[in-house]
Amino acid sequence: MRNLWIFISRYNAFFLFIIFFTVGVVLTVKNNAYQRSVTLNSTNEIVGNAYEHLNVLKRYLNLGMVNDSLASENAKLKTQLLKFTSVDTAKAVKFVDTLTNQQYTYLAAKVVKNSVTLTNNIMTINKGTADGIQKNMAVISPNKGVVGLIRDVSEHLATIQSLLHKDTRISVVIKKNNAMGSLVWGDGNFDIKKAFIKGVPNHIKINVGDTVVTYGATFPAGILVGRISRTNVTTNDNFLSAEVSLFNDFSTLQYVYVIKNKLAEEEENLENPVKPK
Amino acid sequence: MNSKIIIVNVFRWFILLFVQIFLLKNMGFYDLSTPFTYVLFLLLLPFNIPNILLYLIAFGTGLTLDAFYDTMGVHASACVVLAFVRILFISISLNREAHDDPEPSLSYMGFQWFTLYAFLCILAHHFVLFFLEAFRLTDFGYTLIRCGLSCIFTLLLVLLIEFIFYKRTSR
Repeated sequence: MRNLWIFISRYNAFFLFIIFFTVGVVLTVKNNAYQRSVTLNSTNEIVGNAYEHLNVLKRYLNLGMVNDSLASENAKLKTQLLKFTSVDTAKAVKFVDTLTNQQYTYLAAKVVKNSVTLTNNIMTINKGTADGIQKNMAVISPNKGVVGLIRDVSEHLATIQSLLHKDTRISVVIKKNNAMGSLVWGDGNFDIKKAFIKGVPNHIKINVGDTVVTYGATFPAGILVGRISRTNVTTNDNFLSAEVSLFNDFSTLQYVYVIKNKLAEEEENLENPVKPK
Repeated sequence: MNSKIIIVNVFRWFILLFVQIFLLKNMGFYDLSTPFTYVLFLLLLPFNIPNILLYLIAFGTGLTLDAFYDTMGVHASACVVLAFVRILFISISLNREAHDDPEPSLSYMGFQWFTLYAFLCILAHHFVLFFLEAFRLTDFGYTLIRCGLSCIFTLLLVLLIEFIFYKRTSR
């Protein structure tokens, strides 16, 4: 032990160098967006591939459940289709060109890696820039509501900042009275079945059992989120808060839909015009 | 004596960083050659400074520069590398006990020794600086050219400053 100490103090220049240099590089990677994205993506490519191989077995075991959810979704879609086909088209005067005016397009993706136990949960899916995925796109699950937002994208993979992440804020409305609020998770609550709706104006009355849906900015309007389960949540600001029990079970997610908002760029440009330097 | 050294160094720190941030930051030839003359401050710290203090000062100076360049950590790492090269070079090239001279400046150490010392330190600093900034190896040649040209530019400025403040000593 004494020898070790002598050794260290003899070459203290080198050891101090290692310590300070490491701190410097860590600072660089943590605080600079570009450096961070490079390290993140290169590691994610490797990690993602490993998980993809591992997940083959897990997916097989969950096939039954996925089948069920697909079947139920099929049924739902069929009912919707029935509604359209049974309309007497001869009577319809107004015609909406839904193909070219469609604002949102959907892209199915497989969850490669999922986590629900952390305070900041991030998922990885098997679609990336090659499939047209970009940062900040919305992600929903097949029939049970919102999942999160795309965070980092590499060529064939992308990470999702799930709703179960402290920094995720999603604009939602209470369906019954159209009151707006924002959906947050974390902040003392780490239950994966619950989130909080915050920032609802004080004069609105929230009832237990009200359905909460998305407001329609990044997400298309009206995507299901959850149901109000508790209303008397005390906060220290001048707004109402309520507990929402989520429809989505994050722990069993297998497939998700990434939603491409065709007008996202236009909206971004309109709302935040680039300031000349 | 001791307090005089401290005052001189503090003064030098402010002057060099001021020049770097408000003048040299806006200078450069075609994005290829940018001088980082503030490293002269680290080069001229006294011989008998403890290693840990040297590293702390280098790191702090780098962080200050980073704050103005918006490159958190890049300059700090580069300065730490410079400190390491400085310690190595001094311990190899000079007899450890015979530090009669207070600081490794051109006036005390002579042109040849000081140029080599400054060149090696600046080269190490710029190498780390530019590669941490680029953070990839694809444009290796370009980064290397930037590094080399900036190194020459910085070295010329450092020598120029040293000649301006040259003190004739009884060598």
